Amino acid sequence: MFRLLATRCPRRIALARPARCYSAAVEASVEPIRGLPLGVGHSKLLLRSVAAVRASSELQALGVAEGETRKMNMCQAVNDALRLALAADSTAVVFGEDVAFGGVFRCSVGLSDEFGPERIFNTPLTEQGIAGFAIGMAAMGHTAVAEIQFADYIMPAFDQLVNEAAKYRYRSGNEFSAGGLTIRAPCAAVGHGAHYHSQSPEALFAHVPGLKVVVPRSAVQAKGLLLAAIRDPNPTLVFEPKVLYRSAVEEVPVADYALPIGKAEILRPGKDVTVVGYGSQIYALENAIQMVERDMPGVSCELIDLRTILPYDAETVAASVNKTGRLVVSHEAPRTQGFAAELAAEIQERCFLRLESPIERVCGLDVPHPLIFERLYMPCAVRAYEAIKRSLSF
Amino acid sequence: MFPGALDSEYTHSLRFVSSTESIPTYQVMDTDGRVLDTANEPQVTKEEALTIYRNMLTLNAMDQVLYEAQRQGRISFYMTSFGEEALIGSAAALEATDMVFGQYREAGVLLQRGFTLPQFMNQCYSNEKDLGKGRQMPIHYGSKAHHFQTISSPLATQIPQAAGAAYALRREGNKQCAICYFGEGAASEGDFHAGLNMAATLGCPVIFYCRNNGYAISTPAVEQYRGDGIASRGIGYGIDTIRVDGNDTWAVYAATKAARAIAVEQNKPVLIEAMTYRVSHHSTSDDSSAYRSKKEVEDWSKRDNPVARMRAWLEHRGWWAHGDDADISKSAKAEVLAAFAAAEKLKKPAVRSLFEDVYDELPPNLQREKAQMDELLKKYPDYYQINDYARS
Repeated sequence: MFRLLATRCPRRIALARPARCYSAAVEASVEPIRGLPLGVGHSKLLLRSVAAVRASSELQALGVAEGETRKMNMCQAVNDALRLALAADSTAVVFGEDVAFGGVFRCSVGLSDEFGPERIFNTPLTEQGIAGFAIGMAAMGHTAVAEIQFADYIMPAFDQLVNEAAKYRYRSGNEFSAGGLTIRAPCAAVGHGAHYHSQSPEALFAHVPGLKVVVPRSAVQAKGLLLAAIRDPNPTLVFEPKVLYRSAVEEVPVADYALPIGKAEILRPGKDVTVVGYGSQIYALENAIQMVERDMPGVSCELIDLRTILPYDAETVAASVNKTGRLVVSHEAPRTQGFAAELAAEIQERCFLRLESPIERVCGLDVPHPLIFERLYMPCAVRAYEAIKRSLSF
Repeated sequence: MFPGALDSEYTHSLRFVSSTESIPTYQVMDTDGRVLDTANEPQVTKEEALTIYRNMLTLNAMDQVLYEAQRQGRISFYMTSFGEEALIGSAAALEATDMVFGQYREAGVLLQRGFTLPQFMNQCYSNEKDLGKGRQMPIHYGSKAHHFQTISSPLATQIPQAAGAAYALRREGNKQCAICYFGEGAASEGDFHAGLNMAATLGCPVIFYCRNNGYAISTPAVEQYRGDGIASRGIGYGIDTIRVDGNDTWAVYAATKAARAIAVEQNKPVLIEAMTYRVSHHSTSDDSSAYRSKKEVEDWSKRDNPVARMRAWLEHRGWWAHGDDADISKSAKAEVLAAFAAAEKLKKPAVRSLFEDVYDELPPNLQREKAQMDELLKKYPDYYQINDYARS
């Protein structure tokens, strides 16, 4: 096996120099960040200017790159998407706990005034009720956009979503479906959420045929993916990383547009290693790549935002890995049985002979999300940096 | 008759049952602290009454300090109990070994149980002395010594758990009960229905104590349910039920005492619906002025303040002199601040407790992750600020 790899992968030799260079010059350093500005606030991936929107090939293809834009954070972009969906579809309703006054994250602010209390309403405090109610409306051909206040609290709705929404079409021979159902739920870490305001349960739902699962990374993405989810004829869960609600600010096209579900996006091209993530984790990976490229001159990393977790875009990842020969997958949820395991298995199957190093997973630890240890729990830029270096130096 | 409704009689009039009389609200004293029916005069010693009152003032002092601490960014989160202090009366009516299942706004129960100010502060500071080892958000207290199960954020999950715990207590045969606190919002969760029904059918000595404070974050009770409060549901489940003035410490005390007797003597659940008003914002993450007027809140706290009612009662009894309050509040605040300052100085729990208690012992995956973490911390001690954590 070893011999096979060595003969089939001349790229390893080409990489040997920068890898050595790294270990000689930088290994001694005890400070991995060295002044690099971290996080979404400094990200170069956001469409911060109108020019950036104009230059986006995806938005160009959708015909919205040239139109009017407005500066929005991700919360406002979600609100904008909901407003457009409600305006375009008279059967559409938005509901959940505390939704009427605008929601605890303010994503539904103003909608009640604009569309009235029959279409924008508070529910009693019951997630299983909310999900079942949404399925019932969807089964009647209506459009139900339900909010679960925190993804951590979606568990009482698990039965309704897994046993009902996911199987509604299949079990009825397509007589009925719950396709008009969309569930929005804020997910992921914010620094002080601990066990029950931090979780990323996407893999739990990604194990369920019949559901679609989407995780946006920014305002432009959230608007386009939410509109796509609402109009997708399948029950779709949108997990919104809540840390991005205020921090991910972009120029967002004011037009109605839907980004493709099931399609990954290459955020920056590279030749030596493929780095895959989604949601807020993208920004940790961006920083890790900046650190790697700083410390290993000549190396370039390809960053891919998966965007949809189910059905996911293995094609784009496989094509990238066939080019780079190396893969690092990352998510905030715990490692064991996490989504990275699925992607790693799929890619080793598709790209086995092209792989030059073991696929690395950079994930949350296998513990409940711990308040005071969040810095240690998180698959932060430093851990991703270490993993990418391991992959490159194998 | 039919097996599903053994006591039902036949009728020949086609009639849907809709509204019945609203369940009355049991009160011992009025808002000026005067006992309305002398037969209901609380049978307590001066010391017992003063302990309850001092705990109310201490709770207020602690809430003021920790609320401010959160605003200053010194702790990450907090929830106050303003307006709901009479809850302490329920704790006073229980035995110290009765098991408590709380929701999250029951700090008063813990105070009455003798949980110390340093213990509160250590939890809120997530420091090395926190019994919960810093893993949960502030106010998620718990203490085996105080027979108080650790708080978890998901709502209503504790309700069927309390039924199960009570069943275990019944089997132990020591005439103990469980008490389960929850809000009227949580009572909309499926777990509420499951828990009450199981407790009723299985004969569990548990007191279900609903703090009906009118709001579930922003959602007012009127949007939460349509029946006669939560109490009417207890009757539906075949559970002995009472509605009390939840701002009247002595009504709460008497109802809980009587409920406990039913629970442990007859092995039955009891439901208490305590009507109150959430003067607090839901939490420090909430600004309630977005959905209710400040005047509404001010009016409530002036018109019907549980602490003022209790003080008035003590004064009528001659057990409390005007002005004593200031002394107590001042000393309570000083105690709180001292505990607070001490908690702030302590380190975070040792890194090993990040991995412990997921299971009784570390399985191979966690042993591996711990070893990797140790290496990483050795390599980047400054980035991971390892000096903030206790050595072990």
